[in-house]
Amino acid sequence: MDIADVKSKLEQAFPGIALRPVRDTLLMENAKDIVKIAQFLKDSPDYQLDYLSSLTGADYLEYLEVVYHLYSMEKKTGPLVLRVRVKHDHAQVPSLVSVYRGAEYQERETYDMYGVVFENHPDPRRIFMWEGFEGFPLRKDYQQEDSETLEMEDIEWLEKHGIPVPQDLSAKAEELKKLGRRAVAQKPGQPEPE
Amino acid sequence: MAFTKNASALDPGLQSELGKKGIVVTTLNQLYNWGRKSSIWPMQFGLACCAIEMIATACARYDIARFGAELFRASPRQSDLMIVAGTVTKKMAPQVVRLYNQMAEPKYVITMGACSISGGPFIDGYNVLRGIDRYIPVDVHLPGCPPRPEALLYGLMELQRKIDSQEIEKAEWYQKGLKREYPVPELGPHGLIPKFNPEIWRPRAVDHRKERYGEPILIGKKNKAPNLEAVTQAAAPKPQAPATPPSPAKTGNA
Repeated sequence: MDIADVKSKLEQAFPGIALRPVRDTLLMENAKDIVKIAQFLKDSPDYQLDYLSSLTGADYLEYLEVVYHLYSMEKKTGPLVLRVRVKHDHAQVPSLVSVYRGAEYQERETYDMYGVVFENHPDPRRIFMWEGFEGFPLRKDYQQEDSETLEMEDIEWLEKHGIPVPQDLSAKAEELKKLGRRAVAQKPGQPEPE
Repeated sequence: MAFTKNASALDPGLQSELGKKGIVVTTLNQLYNWGRKSSIWPMQFGLACCAIEMIATACARYDIARFGAELFRASPRQSDLMIVAGTVTKKMAPQVVRLYNQMAEPKYVITMGACSISGGPFIDGYNVLRGIDRYIPVDVHLPGCPPRPEALLYGLMELQRKIDSQEIEKAEWYQKGLKREYPVPELGPHGLIPKFNPEIWRPRAVDHRKERYGEPILIGKKNKAPNLEAVTQAAAPKPQAPATPPSPAKTGNA
């Protein structure tokens, strides 16, 4: 699908809209535009992009991205790839459930993994991770637990269940607690934080 | 695998010699273990792709019924063997431990495949348990990704050898005070609480991955992201740039 053509059509339909082609895709500078653009592309007889095949996130360190892959079942064309960029600390994108019903679980997944909040989502919960899980595991800055080192809450749990904890393991946990740190897994090329 | 020799066993040479003469001699241990090892009822549950191989093992071509283990029970109360076939995610681990606790004695565990042994290819993941032996005792570790049906049959034969080496009067499940139930881990804010049960599993003293490859087990995620803008800008002048340099090179070659 020709990006320049789509871009000119959209600019014609919505005067003053901020669009930018990135590689073979179309980036929306303003995340709020996504709903009306998706609705337009779905309804317009030229495109009839009636199928949202994939909605996913990506972490580019400076910003988070939500990527949409749209196909047309009617015209057998696609994909048209749309991008939206948001900041990590206020990652808010309007939900596409009103346009594509199939966006519901994919948006929940993107929220679960990247922490992108979808406004007006009918059921904004985690989908893969359990309730009470903290953090968003596919973000680059996610601090994964070190599963070889016990922490103080593990020691307390084991003591509550009457399991004897070896001295070296509990000493390490107490030391971590004194420093006020979690046991975090190391990443490649990155020394353990002091 | 080291098995304790069955001290009260008959001399196998004498036994076979008498057998040739039509005299069957046996001990209670042998009879008892023969019965147990020839009718191991596995539990019917699979977690991932290894379960497909387990199903293949149960089907006609490999036919686990030859070993008397064809009766896959859908209830832990009726099964002797738990085949942990597949990746154990952190979300699934409490259920696996609970199923083990619900099994009746004597109970055995085979970990099938790299994932249930150590996390396998997903060892770096945030969501995968690094081996079910952190929470429950395992009798046979069966490597492979996934192990072929022959390998599962071999694992079953190893388990039969282990059952054969046990003695009725020393069997722990007939002794007082045995409680082979392990506390079910809970889902915490960063993973499972506890990370492992130190009664059963302890972190390795030597990190073999570090010894071999020079670095410890690191999670796979790097703090690197492609710069989409830079590529699109660099890609634009490229078609024009090669237009000038190749021409002198071409003349030079000619």
